[in-house]
Amino acid sequence: MTDFWHWFIAAGTILFVVWCVWLVQWSGKQGPANKADEELVGHKWDGDLEEWNNPAPRWWLYLYFITIIFAVGYMVAYPGLGTFEGTLGWSQQGQYDAEMEAAAARYEPIYERFAAMPFDELKANNDAHQLGKSLYASYCTTCHGSDARGAVGYPNLTDDDWLYGNAEQQIITSISRGRNGIMPALGAALGGDAGIDNMVTYVRSLSGLEDADADAMSAQPMYVALCSACHGVNGEGNQMLGGPNLTDDIWLYGASVDDVRTTIVNGRNAMMPAHQNLLGDKRLRILAAYVGSLSERQ
Amino acid sequence: MRHEVIEKSVTLMMVLIVCAVSVGGLIEIIPLMMDSEVTEPAEGIEVYSPLRLAGRDVYIREGCYNCHSQQIRPFRSETERYGPYSVAGEFVYDRPFQFGSKRTGPDLARVGGRYSDDWHYLHMVDPRVLVPESNMPGYPWLADRLVDANLVVSKLQTLKTLGDPYTDEQITNAPAELDGKTEMDALIAYLQGLGTNRSNRR
Repeated sequence: MTDFWHWFIAAGTILFVVWCVWLVQWSGKQGPANKADEELVGHKWDGDLEEWNNPAPRWWLYLYFITIIFAVGYMVAYPGLGTFEGTLGWSQQGQYDAEMEAAAARYEPIYERFAAMPFDELKANNDAHQLGKSLYASYCTTCHGSDARGAVGYPNLTDDDWLYGNAEQQIITSISRGRNGIMPALGAALGGDAGIDNMVTYVRSLSGLEDADADAMSAQPMYVALCSACHGVNGEGNQMLGGPNLTDDIWLYGASVDDVRTTIVNGRNAMMPAHQNLLGDKRLRILAAYVGSLSERQ
Repeated sequence: MRHEVIEKSVTLMMVLIVCAVSVGGLIEIIPLMMDSEVTEPAEGIEVYSPLRLAGRDVYIREGCYNCHSQQIRPFRSETERYGPYSVAGEFVYDRPFQFGSKRTGPDLARVGGRYSDDWHYLHMVDPRVLVPESNMPGYPWLADRLVDANLVVSKLQTLKTLGDPYTDEQITNAPAELDGKTEMDALIAYLQGLGTNRSNRR
């Protein structure tokens, strides 16, 4: 704020207060004790009810003066007159910092205690579980659901199927750096509808959803060439790459013929955003333990 | 008494009332309009790209501000959940700003990057697919409606006239950039850029 605007605000405010004092003073002046008839305001009700032109009552004026005195005190103590900071040194930023410091003093020891705890112990600890639960509610429910059972394309965290693994470092990495699970579109590579149909049947047969006939088995070499790098030769998946296991009954994007077909033809692009900056190390580890414990606590 | 003169002339009284109430505006609002902290963009704040600008107008048209605010206040309870509190310089290119006054849904001032584009798409088509408890309405038609590039170009020109630093190149490239984009794409692009000027680092 430039000097000009500082003085504009300060002078304007002070002049306005002075003017208020003058106005209250002026309108509070008493008229003569014995008023002449011409000082009646001129209305007449019910034949003989008339009104003197009297000033406002004293107690009323005193209320005005009290508010003005309060205003002056306030402007001395708090920032209000341009860039003048006030004698108390209060600022919005300062109040926020104080609030954050008070919270840090109260909560950091708790996080500190859990930071030192081994991961397995952390998973079993009820206090950490409660803490993890509220972190989960703030950061995770919008995709993984408040019951942690996920949605189509958003993994269920309560089952024992882990795309990227459930060891301490694996969960922490998933949360802190996020994950990007890309299934490429393979429609063109499978050579027309027949090739796609055969692949759909073959993939579904891996978990026993259908029996693979000779046609479907003809897709196996193609499966090995195109799919096994991520999903494994036998469809067992690969946690290093986040390639889903195709032999279990858990289907991130649905198990129906249409769903599997869409997945194969158009590909999928799953994205878990990075949460390192949002959570910081200590909270993140508590949350990771909570997530890791969900399937074990069922 | 002289106040009788004022009380008996409606015109004079109105003029004096206007003078009295404008003192507050003069002292509180005018200096802010001259203050660089309020008029200069905060670090990392740039003009809206044509696509994001179109998305912002979808946001306004659909009345998102009725349930979502875009202003994080300087309280711990807010910064814990939403990220660093908002500052005036982050809103210099918002005409009008979308502070909002009601949070039926969460604040969106720093929603950029918190979810994937696909998440936003699914969530906009039918929020309950992802959040069963949600009472947000679905906006599936946004995926079918194309952005009107000509309209966006005139908006860019208007904003340039008003002083937003758009380059001529940005304006001439806008139609190509918007080609084939739906209102859904635009809205998601708008949301994904909100608040990303500042890191959420804890």
